[in-house]
Amino acid sequence: MHIKELEFEKPIIELEKRIQELKSSSSDEGFDLSKEIKDLEEKVNDKKMEIFRNITAWQRTQIARHPKRPYTLDYIGLIMEDFIELHGDRTFYDDLAIVGGIASLDERTVVVIGHQKGRDTKENLKRNFGMANPEGYRKALRLMKFAEKFSFPVITFIDTPGAYPGIGAEERGQACAIATNLKEMASLTVPIVTVVIGEGGSGGALGISIGNYIYMLEYSVYYVCSPEACSSILWRDVSKATIAAELQGITGKDLLKFGVIDGIIPETLGGSHKNPEETAKNIKTTLKKAFEELCSMPTEKLISQRYEKYRKIGEYSTI
Amino acid sequence: MAWKRSVEYILKPKKRKGIPEGLWSKCLACSRILYTEQLIKNFKVCPKCGYHFRLSAKERLSQLLEDDTFEEMDANLESVDPLKFEDSKKYPQRIKEAQEKTGLKEAVITGEGVIGTYKVAVGFFDFPFLGGSMASVVGEKICRLIEAAGEKKLPLVIVSASGGARMQEGILSLMQMAKTSAALSFYSKKALPYISVLTDPTTGGVSASFAFLADIIIAEQGALIGFAGPRVIEQTVKQKLPDKFQKAEFLLEHGMVDMVVHRKNLKQVLLKIFKLFYIKSVSSIRQDPVVGVERKNSNTNKG
Repeated sequence: MHIKELEFEKPIIELEKRIQELKSSSSDEGFDLSKEIKDLEEKVNDKKMEIFRNITAWQRTQIARHPKRPYTLDYIGLIMEDFIELHGDRTFYDDLAIVGGIASLDERTVVVIGHQKGRDTKENLKRNFGMANPEGYRKALRLMKFAEKFSFPVITFIDTPGAYPGIGAEERGQACAIATNLKEMASLTVPIVTVVIGEGGSGGALGISIGNYIYMLEYSVYYVCSPEACSSILWRDVSKATIAAELQGITGKDLLKFGVIDGIIPETLGGSHKNPEETAKNIKTTLKKAFEELCSMPTEKLISQRYEKYRKIGEYSTI
Repeated sequence: MAWKRSVEYILKPKKRKGIPEGLWSKCLACSRILYTEQLIKNFKVCPKCGYHFRLSAKERLSQLLEDDTFEEMDANLESVDPLKFEDSKKYPQRIKEAQEKTGLKEAVITGEGVIGTYKVAVGFFDFPFLGGSMASVVGEKICRLIEAAGEKKLPLVIVSASGGARMQEGILSLMQMAKTSAALSFYSKKALPYISVLTDPTTGGVSASFAFLADIIIAEQGALIGFAGPRVIEQTVKQKLPDKFQKAEFLLEHGMVDMVVHRKNLKQVLLKIFKLFYIKSVSSIRQDPVVGVERKNSNTNKG
C-alpha cells in the first residue's frame, strides 16, 4: 500500500524536511546552523500544536485509518506478555478479521480479542480489511465464554470499518451473530474493558464492544455509519464526508459527552503511529487501573454496573 | 362512465409501497388491480399472487390484537435533537413531518394487549415513520416494554419493520442496539417466551439486535430480512445477488428463522405458541370466532 502523508500534515512535513536539510548541510559543510535549526524546531512544534489541537472530525477519521497506525496485534505485543493466539469458531472457519487469545497483562491472565486490519494488500485480503464475517463474532463469543469459565477478564480492541456486507455473511447470519454477542456480553460474569484503537465502524464494532468500561484513543472515531456512507445517503454524494463526520459527532469528546464512553486515552501528538510505545503505555495504565477496580467487584455488581451504563444511554423528552 | 372514475381511483394514489387508498388498489408485485375492500379483508395480501403489502403499526395492531384491548405504554416519549442534526432538513422537522404523515409520535408503538385470549406485551414498528428507524426513543420504548413484560410476567411479541439505526442521532442510535439486547439478556432468564416477527423490511441495527434474539423467530412471507442492505452488498461484492437473496424463505433455508408464515395465519401461529408455553388465558375476553382456539383448553393451562 502506498503510504501518503495526510493533506493537513503537509506544513509539518515540509518544515521537518527543511530541518533535515539544514542538519545535513551543517554536518557536511561545517556551518554552525544550530540556531536556525532550533528556531525551526520550535516552529514545527508550534505548527503541530496548531494543527493537531484543532483537527476536524474528518481529519481525525483519517488518522484513525492511517495505514501506519498500530493495530490490535501491535498493541498486544507492546502491552502484554506470553500471548497465545486461539483460532476458529468451532463451526465453520477461522475469521482472521478478528483475532483473539490469552495473554498476561502484568501477571494477570486476560483474554484479549480485537479486530485486525492488514498492513499490505496481501495481508488485507487475509484479514478482509478488518471486516469480520459472522464467524469472527462467533469466535469472539467462544473466547469470551472461555474467559468466563476460567474467570479471566476480557479486553477488546476495536478497529473496523464495519461488519462485512457479503453474500456469505448474510447467508450465515451476520445480524444474528452480532445480536447474540450484544446479549451475551451484557451478562458475561467477568469484567470486560474495551478500547477503540482506530475505527469504530457501526454494528461491526459494537459486536465486540459491550464493556464495563469503554475507552477511546484520542484520535479514534466511533460511528453509527461511516462519514462516506452518511454523506452518500444524505446528499447522494460521497464528497461531503467532511461535513457528515462533523454532523454525526464521532470523536471521543462527543461520545464522552453522551455517556457512551468512560474516558479518552491520550496519544502522541499527531497519532499513535508516531510513537506506538507511548500510546501503548497509556493504554496499559488505563487497563490496569480498570481491572484493579473491576476484578474485585462481586459478579452481580459487575453485571449491573455494565447494564446501567447502557440502560442510561439515549436522549428524549417526556411530555 | 363508471370505468373512468375507477381508473381515476387507481391512478390517484401514487405512494409506492404505501397504504393503498381509494376503491381500487394495484398489486405492487403482479400489477393486478384489486378491490381495496377485498384486499383489506385479505389482511392486505394480494389474493392473486400472495404479495404481502406493508402494514403500518396501527394496521398490524388491529390485525393481531382483540378490539379495545390495547393499552399503550410510554406514549409520551418524544425525540429530541441531541446532535442538532441538519442536512437538507433539520431533524426536528423530519420528525414533525413523520408524525403528521403517520399520526404516531415515534417509529414504534408499545404496550399491553390481548391476542385471542392471551395477554401479551407487544411492540409494533411503523415503517412509514422514518423507515421504522431506531434512535433514543425507540430504544427506550423497547427497553421499557421488555422490562414491563418481565415484571408482569407477560410473553413478549415484537413485530419489526425497520431499516435499522437512525443516522440523525448518531452514536446514540447505535447504542440502542446494545441497550435493547442487554435488556433481553435479563428477560430471557425469566423463562418467558419472546417471539419476534420479522416483516418487510427488517435490516441493520434492528435485525442485529433484539429482532434476532427471540426464542422463536417468525418471518413474514416474502419479507426482506438481513444485516446489510442488498444494494450495499452488491456494490461490495460486485456480483449478482442470488435469487430470493435475503427473502424470508432464503433465511429459513439457511437456518436463520424458525418459520415463514403467511400473514393470514400469523395470529393462529402465535396462539398455538402461547398455548404450548402454558400462558394463562384472560377469561374475561370474548372468544374470537376467527381465532379457533378452544377456551376450555386455554383455561386449564398450567401457567
